[in-house]
Amino acid sequence: MTADVQTRPSTAVGQRSTIRWHDVCAYSDLLPERGVAALIEDVQVAIFRTFDGELYALSNFDPFSGAYVISRGILGTRGDVPTVASPMYKQVFDLRTGRCLDDPRVALPTFRIRRTPQDRVEVASA
Amino acid sequence: MNVGGEARKRLVVVGHGPAGHRLVEALRERDVTGAWRITVVGEEPRPAYDRVALTSHLTEGADLALPAHGPEVTVHTGDPAVEIDRTARTVTTASGRRVGYDALVLATGSSPFVPPVPGRDLPGVFVYRTIDDLDALREHCAARPGAGGVVIGGGLLGLEAARALQGLGVDAHVVEVAPWLMPRQLDEGGGAMLRRHIEALGLRVRTGTPVAALEAGEDGAVARVRLGDGSALEARVVVFSAGIRPRDELARRCGLPVGERGGVVVDAACRTADPAVFAIGECALIGGRVYGLVGPCLSMAEAVADQLLAEAGGSSGNARFEGADTSTKLKLMGVDVASFGDPFADREEGTLSVTYTDPVDGVYTKLVVSDDARTLLGGVLVGDASAYPTLRACVGSALPDSPGQTLFGGVGPAGGDLPDATVICNCNNVTAETIRRSIRDEGLTDVGGVKSCTRAGASCGSCVPLVKRLLDAELVAAGIEVDKALCEHFDHSRAELFDIVRVRRITTFTQLISEHGRGRGCDICKPAVASILASLGNGHILDGEQAALQDTNDHFLANLQKNGTYSVVPRIPGGEITPEKLIVIGEVARDFGLYTKITGGQRIDLFGARVEQLPQIWKRLVDAGFESGHAYGKALRTVKSCVGSTWCRYGVQDSVALAIRLELRYRGLRAPHKLKAAVSGCARECAEAQSKDFGIIATEKGWNLYVAGNGGMRPRHADLFASDLDEETLVRYIDRFLMFYIRTADRLQRTASWLEGLDGGIDYLREVIIEDRLGICAELDAAMERHVASYSDEWRDTLEDPDKLRRFVSFVNAPDVPDPSIVFETERDQIKPVLRTGPQREVLSR
Repeated sequence: MTADVQTRPSTAVGQRSTIRWHDVCAYSDLLPERGVAALIEDVQVAIFRTFDGELYALSNFDPFSGAYVISRGILGTRGDVPTVASPMYKQVFDLRTGRCLDDPRVALPTFRIRRTPQDRVEVASA
Repeated sequence: MNVGGEARKRLVVVGHGPAGHRLVEALRERDVTGAWRITVVGEEPRPAYDRVALTSHLTEGADLALPAHGPEVTVHTGDPAVEIDRTARTVTTASGRRVGYDALVLATGSSPFVPPVPGRDLPGVFVYRTIDDLDALREHCAARPGAGGVVIGGGLLGLEAARALQGLGVDAHVVEVAPWLMPRQLDEGGGAMLRRHIEALGLRVRTGTPVAALEAGEDGAVARVRLGDGSALEARVVVFSAGIRPRDELARRCGLPVGERGGVVVDAACRTADPAVFAIGECALIGGRVYGLVGPCLSMAEAVADQLLAEAGGSSGNARFEGADTSTKLKLMGVDVASFGDPFADREEGTLSVTYTDPVDGVYTKLVVSDDARTLLGGVLVGDASAYPTLRACVGSALPDSPGQTLFGGVGPAGGDLPDATVICNCNNVTAETIRRSIRDEGLTDVGGVKSCTRAGASCGSCVPLVKRLLDAELVAAGIEVDKALCEHFDHSRAELFDIVRVRRITTFTQLISEHGRGRGCDICKPAVASILASLGNGHILDGEQAALQDTNDHFLANLQKNGTYSVVPRIPGGEITPEKLIVIGEVARDFGLYTKITGGQRIDLFGARVEQLPQIWKRLVDAGFESGHAYGKALRTVKSCVGSTWCRYGVQDSVALAIRLELRYRGLRAPHKLKAAVSGCARECAEAQSKDFGIIATEKGWNLYVAGNGGMRPRHADLFASDLDEETLVRYIDRFLMFYIRTADRLQRTASWLEGLDGGIDYLREVIIEDRLGICAELDAAMERHVASYSDEWRDTLEDPDKLRRFVSFVNAPDVPDPSIVFETERDQIKPVLRTGPQREVLSR
């Protein structure tokens, strides 16, 4: 299955290989402190906008439950770390690194994400 | 492993009492391959029932039946086993039925001991053991109103029998040969205090007196009990309750070793000398003793179930009966009586006992400690057993304080009371001991730490409040100040935050956290604050910033299930529904391919809806006159009802109408936890109102209101709050009860634990709600009126708001693509979720 996504190949600065940036949505489509799911080349990505306007992208797959639900978690902070809590069993993940703060053996894959001058949100596929 | 019919092993259980019943249930639950085919033969004419609650059969006509085993277990009642052939491995019953076995379990129980006194066979003489015994007793007493009666034996069961006789209109005496009542559990002081209570209830007591004979009257039935001192008591009914004797006759006859004073000899695995034969419960002699308490008997059943599973390859078979704590606590005729540890340890050298007697309040307390006054060995509590949980947990270890301080300093915090062996987290099988040890050893100070260290609460999370209580208790014990803080973002408890929000009229999380907290919140404080804002009536829960605070259930107004889909529950007030509406639910489920199940709250749950389907499903339901059932919210769920006086032959009030009225009044009310309620139309209590946060039972004169009951993980019977209320008073009390709870409870605290933690308990609650001791009733009433006036259906509101509807998409960049990870297979003609990858924690571990 291929999602109806618009892809715009471009070269990231300081990086040799070509990575592909995918247009996802308008920045204003994202509610502050809430996530959405996106389909990037058949991979489910959870995209978050935090209260300070930052964007983060993690795998939408919750390894503790086996369900694709990370995008529906509650955002917050633990100390200075911006976090999302899985809505299923409430494990908390570092939005920046994907690391699980409740179980150091676990980390979610992260994705590069950016806001374009046209106020679009783009996610890079690996 | 799948065991075919021929290869199945045959288990025969002789005796269908609580122990036999538990064995079958424990085996059935864990024998997933069906390795054992089970046959039960029992002497009594009915399947197993709850013998512990026997008296309630007499006094309330309670139905004591234990849950039936299911069709795959064969149960022959009224057909006792009469012979065991251990060579051929068969059991023969009285009717001539012969059953072969691979394993045999004797669970034959005990019989009441009737001492050999003259006249013990006279008509009018009874024992107190089976439903048949009690039925015969009742019939006998009914024909002799106002007669005198004697119970022989002043132990636990004897006192219960005496009270039951009194309830049958008999003027009852209790005769005990020992110098005081309950000599097996209580010391002399305790027995004496208990006697004062018992006599105050109108029962008469003779102690230190043997019975010499029972004498007949002119009708040939018993008329008098002659005592050892020559005196006589008038008695048209006599009940023997002088101890039990194990039923070991079958074992004797087939040559199995039995004890000198009876009981089938078994090892710690409950196995007799014949490895194919086990004995459990009151017929077993284990570690040199026969246990007459239900707890140890059930433990034996569990141990044998484990052995049997091991034989079928389904268990380690390591379970053993480790001996039992015979501590007991009971409410005997409204009097608290408890003994724990070894209550008679003060008869030994090198011990000290501290006693306290208060004849005014009728309280007697004894603590026995080692001679350094450090280690608690045992004790007795009469009249007030509130310290029992804490004290029992301390037996064999150091008292937290001096004995005097322990007696008068009040009990420790709740949470300290849970025995070490209690499994707190069922998902990950974590005991209280493991949690306590990790708190101590790892220096943990918060629930998050306990979670990651022990995994307790890391799965379904339902035990987190218990974990928190244990943690608090441990921290208090360690002298660390307990943090009432909600989480790292707020130093306040939920109740304090509620007051801050209410008094300062705060309407947003951002304002609250910037003025009274720190950071940006988390999955603990955000939903808690969302609930507070909703309780105080701040519009739709998905309005503006509130949307970001909601847990996924509230955010999607549906219940998240394990594969990422949601379930939908429309409100069916009071469980009453028209055929047309039933058809609509069926059509919606069919058209969207949903799994349907009837809930415990008399509603219908529709499972397997994808996020983008939710609005379409609601649209169909709302168009047909349904609204949200708030199954997703920490809110009122349902008000369950029985069919009531409109149809039921026994109903005395219209329970359905009241349930509907209450459900419509409180629908949508957000609370610290979910709220459940029920209304029963008569004392038969078919709606199970006493297991609800608030429950109402009809009386001839009005309604009885019960509060703070709980099913679930820690069941609790509701307390009777007020009796014979008219409907308007009833509604007013419930209004206030709910609003007071919402204001003052902790996050995720059900009414049951809230009431348990309320200083002054139910009496205080009555003062607040009925007598307006705090002067807040007008405020509480007004708050509820605001709630009722501002209610609006959250589904309909969402359907009417395009902004909110935009959130219900699968993928923001591919709204037409359904989530490909959601896959179903078919089971019993309905869908069932398939997790294609499954949890992957181990894969990612390093």
